[in-house]
Amino acid sequence: MTDRAEEEPAIDIRRLWFSYNGQVVLKDVSLQVARGEFMAMIGPNGGGKTTLLKIMLGLLEPDRGEARVLGLPPKKAAPRIGYVPQDVHINKEFPITALDVVLMGRLWKKKGWGRYSKEDRFKAHQALDQVQMGAFCSRRIGELSGGQRQRVLIARAMVSSPEVLILDEPISSIDTRGQAEFYDLLKALNESVTIVMVSHDMMALHQHVESVACVNRDVHYHGAAEITDEMLDMYECPVEIVAHGVPHRVLKSHK
Amino acid sequence: MLEALQFEFMRNALLAGLMASIICGVIGTLVVVNRIVFLAGGIAHAAYGGIGLSFFMGWPYLAGTVGFSLVAALVMAMVTLRLRHRADTVIGVIWAVGMATGIILIDLTPGYNVDLMSYLFGSILAVPSADLYQMFAAGVVILVILFFYYKGFLAMSYDEEFARLRGVPVGLLYFLMIAMVAVSVVITIRVVGLILVIALLTIPPFIAEKYSGSLASMMAIAGLLSAVFTYCGLWLAYSANLTSGAAIIMVAGAGFFASMLIEKIRAATRRKKNQQTANAGSAPP
Repeated sequence: MTDRAEEEPAIDIRRLWFSYNGQVVLKDVSLQVARGEFMAMIGPNGGGKTTLLKIMLGLLEPDRGEARVLGLPPKKAAPRIGYVPQDVHINKEFPITALDVVLMGRLWKKKGWGRYSKEDRFKAHQALDQVQMGAFCSRRIGELSGGQRQRVLIARAMVSSPEVLILDEPISSIDTRGQAEFYDLLKALNESVTIVMVSHDMMALHQHVESVACVNRDVHYHGAAEITDEMLDMYECPVEIVAHGVPHRVLKSHK
Repeated sequence: MLEALQFEFMRNALLAGLMASIICGVIGTLVVVNRIVFLAGGIAHAAYGGIGLSFFMGWPYLAGTVGFSLVAALVMAMVTLRLRHRADTVIGVIWAVGMATGIILIDLTPGYNVDLMSYLFGSILAVPSADLYQMFAAGVVILVILFFYYKGFLAMSYDEEFARLRGVPVGLLYFLMIAMVAVSVVITIRVVGLILVIALLTIPPFIAEKYSGSLASMMAIAGLLSAVFTYCGLWLAYSANLTSGAAIIMVAGAGFFASMLIEKIRAATRRKKNQQTANAGSAPP
């Protein structure tokens, strides 16, 4: 691998402001995510996590400041970003198979609107195999469990071979037993992509997570060292730490 | 029933029913999966304003009504995209004002007295051949558009945000979809009436959704179901001397409740089976 320090960061946000209906949601936020990092964004509901994520995706424009993904404006970087939305926003009754969901990840405007190519289908099957969902390719999406559906959505994000993978509250629909497996999958994917994951404040922080950004109008970044010292050792639980209520309780107080 | 086929009006009714079924099956599928049933209902009622305008200005029915409905539909679509939380209220207003405009314009038109009932329930037994050609043309245009933009419509309907990120022109496709809904509604309204249009747009796709593995097969099944309902309703109307539009809706409604009942029974037997296997598994050897 090349030296990470010499590359541009995967995500570079500088002095960014965003307000919604006159209310400041993000205030003078700066955040850098290095390539290859596995970062979790936590914070209370309405604290601006999803807003920040949508700015990274280019779905929202900041009022002031700058967001760059892979050195580009987010809209230009879009084809190189994989996105896994919140499961609850998706219609589970929709008549579509797992394979067709994954094929959506192969859409790109320059490729025209005809049929999917053989390569598209091959890549889609490959992506499903990668998340151990190959056997379910012709199942309807509504027949799958929450965890299986989440894997299919990850395959859809990964099928375009992105460099950054952004997930919005991926573990809320997975039962506790499935979560460990799910993190192992993310860790395996982390070999090739930078991961940014949003979680709500009652989250489980897994040992694979390298850094944490607390988002509540402003952003506090906690690097790898701090998590190890403060979180994993303190709670004597290497697998998961649940921060009930105020997430900042498990971290050092912000200076 | 067979002897009825020697009448031209009956042959036209069957053809019109078939084409309305195909159009409604295809467009209704988009309406149901995109959850814009209320918007489609708004367009269908606001179209009455277009009918009134056409009579008042002396324009040809189709041009005036399609134009008026397209404008009403595009305003609704714009509101839905920009002010999502107020969309239902604004659609309700356009719905009511459109209808009132139509009735007042017809009041103001000298010598004309259009029967509102015929636009509510249609007059499938009195379809002129010219209308058949219009429906055929509209159907072909809709199918061609869908064929070319199928992947885009699918992605937009399933997950609009993701579609946007993959470069799908979501805004354009949304307006195109609303425009297709408006044209379909107007084209089929004179034949089957606006109440039947809403029934055909929603009931068959709702039933079809449960048995389809893809959006395309949902469209096909919905179109087929729609045709079955229409023909059963026509037969019922012919043999029992009932209003055809209402008879078709009653058949479709019966189908709707039957499908819900079947779904309930299927779920119950599935539960029972699961319980039995669970019991068998836990029973001592």
